[in-house]
Amino acid sequence: MSGTSTGQLPDHSLDSFGDAAASATRVTPGNALRPEDIALQQTAPADDAVARYALHLGDDALILAQRLSHWISRGPELEEDVALGNIALDQLGHARSFLSYAGKAWGQTEDDLAYFREEEDFTSLHLVEQPNGDFAETMVRGLFMALYQHQLYTRLVHSADETIAAISAKALKEVDYHLEHAELWTLRLGRGTEESAHRMRRALDKLWPYTAELFQDEPLHDELEGVAVRPSTLRAEWDEQLLDILDRSELAVPEVPAALCWGRRGEHSEHLGYILAEMQVLARKHPGATW
Amino acid sequence: MSSAVIGQDSQNHQSNQPSQGAQKPPTSAGWPLWEVFVRSSRGLSHVHAGSLHAPDAEMAVRNARDLYTRRNEGVSLWVVRSTDITTSDPDAKDMMFESPQGKDYRHATYYKESEGVKHL
Amino acid sequence: MAEQKSSGGHLAAVRTPEDIAGQRRFEAIIADDSRIEPRDWMPEAYRKSLTRQMSQHAHSEIIGMQPEANWITRAPSLKRKAILMAKVQDEAGHGLYLYSATETLGTDRDTLNNQLLTGRAKYSSIFNYPARTWADMGAIGWLVDGAAIANQVPLCRASYGPYGRAMVRICKEESFHQRQGFEILLELSRGTEAQRKMAQDAINRFYAPALMMFGPSDQDSPNSQQSMAWNIKRFSNDDLRQRFVGMIVEQVKVLGLSLPDPDLRYDEESGQWLHMDLDWDEFKRVVSGGGPCNSQRLARRREAHEDGAWVREAAAAFARKQQNEKNQHDQKAEVA
Repeated sequence: MSGTSTGQLPDHSLDSFGDAAASATRVTPGNALRPEDIALQQTAPADDAVARYALHLGDDALILAQRLSHWISRGPELEEDVALGNIALDQLGHARSFLSYAGKAWGQTEDDLAYFREEEDFTSLHLVEQPNGDFAETMVRGLFMALYQHQLYTRLVHSADETIAAISAKALKEVDYHLEHAELWTLRLGRGTEESAHRMRRALDKLWPYTAELFQDEPLHDELEGVAVRPSTLRAEWDEQLLDILDRSELAVPEVPAALCWGRRGEHSEHLGYILAEMQVLARKHPGATW
Repeated sequence: MSSAVIGQDSQNHQSNQPSQGAQKPPTSAGWPLWEVFVRSSRGLSHVHAGSLHAPDAEMAVRNARDLYTRRNEGVSLWVVRSTDITTSDPDAKDMMFESPQGKDYRHATYYKESEGVKHL
Repeated sequence: MAEQKSSGGHLAAVRTPEDIAGQRRFEAIIADDSRIEPRDWMPEAYRKSLTRQMSQHAHSEIIGMQPEANWITRAPSLKRKAILMAKVQDEAGHGLYLYSATETLGTDRDTLNNQLLTGRAKYSSIFNYPARTWADMGAIGWLVDGAAIANQVPLCRASYGPYGRAMVRICKEESFHQRQGFEILLELSRGTEAQRKMAQDAINRFYAPALMMFGPSDQDSPNSQQSMAWNIKRFSNDDLRQRFVGMIVEQVKVLGLSLPDPDLRYDEESGQWLHMDLDWDEFKRVVSGGGPCNSQRLARRREAHEDGAWVREAAAAFARKQQNEKNQHDQKAEVA
């Protein structure tokens, strides 16, 4: 690094800085499965049911990513901006893979599905549509979803549909981290201060009603033996793990009734309309344009 | 008199010890500063990458992962409280690091007579 | 201890023998074009000047997240959404790298943050302009990040070690930032009439503010000379601006768009790019709080900080509880 300073203007190469610092800054793109690979692959879902199932998975991840992305530049600490950004990016990646795959059944791209479907065509769960609220609400929603997706992808790794299995394998490793992130924060907020515990209890009260929908079986699942996971079969383990985390966090499952929700059938919370209005506005203003 | 604890390589001597930072300033919840070391791949040492704030060690590792390995920079991380690092005294550089200077007989290149002898 | 010596050194009005020896060592290191490290003796003015420059740089990264974050939720394709999100997130990272490098000079992040939130610290004035259209994501990446990179590459060799190291990391990561911006514009320039218009409009709005990012002309920049003598800055504001203009003149041709500068030409004689006069009065107004978005940007930052207070406190309280439990456990073990 003993380059001399002459009057010469800098070139844009950083080769001259390839010393010891470089080993901590060496970057590579890695070689994991990317949404682009799914979009390029020949294999399409075997039938409409598989595609619709991929859409369920993709829509949950997409709406959650859309919600989480709002946190960037608003986090409680800059380090947390970066953490929430990583989680949002992971979820967006999963969404893109699942939507790209689903779209192959109908000759549509990920963007056709994300930007040009109507609200009633979305299949997201009400839980992911819920507003971010304060950091406690985002963490509780994150904990519920991470636990759920973790168990779901753990099982889907063995799906008879190879693409769904491959996307799930990639997603599982990332969701593993989301779960840990949510768990670490649940512990800290549950046992931190009186205020943080209060906010966590309030968040649990508010979001608990939407958890029942996560485990609702649909007629679609009957058609997909071996491909899909029957959501009701995830409940027991989800409850057990959640109780354990809440227990260690000095929190409890609230006694509030489950809400009737049918997001999978296109009957959404009042929030989704606004989410889509924002997400789709620009793409729809320029139909047919590329970006 | 302080002593070198974390290695002789001057690359590692960037202890970010904010002298005033140890006390709690008004707006802080007291999240301390941590130094982050990244192992870029198996077989290599951990190298200092920078620092960050975190409430505790567990969160510091997570934050380090999010902040310093977004582009596959590492396979392993260390975090150390900045205040737990003791560095050599930069003013005593001569005393600390002069001794090996000029002792070229510690290096193979010093031994010219044996040049050209195979497997030596 | 060395630390006391050096921190005592910059408080004392009378030059101690340690100061004199320190000054001599400092000058030798600079003359050698080597690097100053955190615990080295350094002149108080060097410390101050660096703290100001590095923290302004960090603040710019953090405030600079906002205009782009404004478009994440509306990005027109999922690929663009992912790219933009990664970019804005990188900016938080860059702010953090720079804050941590600044902390090595002895000012902690709370103090720096406080200076930002109370409006005492400056940041790059360009972020006080609104990001009105999607094309602004292109113009910001291409022109604003482009100008930033032109500024930052030489800073990788800044005489202060932690600053240079932070800049190496930042420059490596930013190489994608400028390209993604350029490609946004390229895609728009090949698109519909409305898209082309949007792209040209964004370039029109960001061109002059981007040129002003290099700072006032050298004769009006009192800090520049000292900064160059200390090997912090390696090139003058005007030199860097010249070089940048030379690059974008070529690049804009690829876009098939134009730079909004009627006076732009290369002067063979002086070897200089002549560009239009920049409105430094507007620059000063925006820097001192009168830009379209200054108030909004700071309010947003303040809100995030205040809303996050209970979270930071909870995490700190939890850490203290854990530590107490551990201490009690250790004590019991000792007694046993």
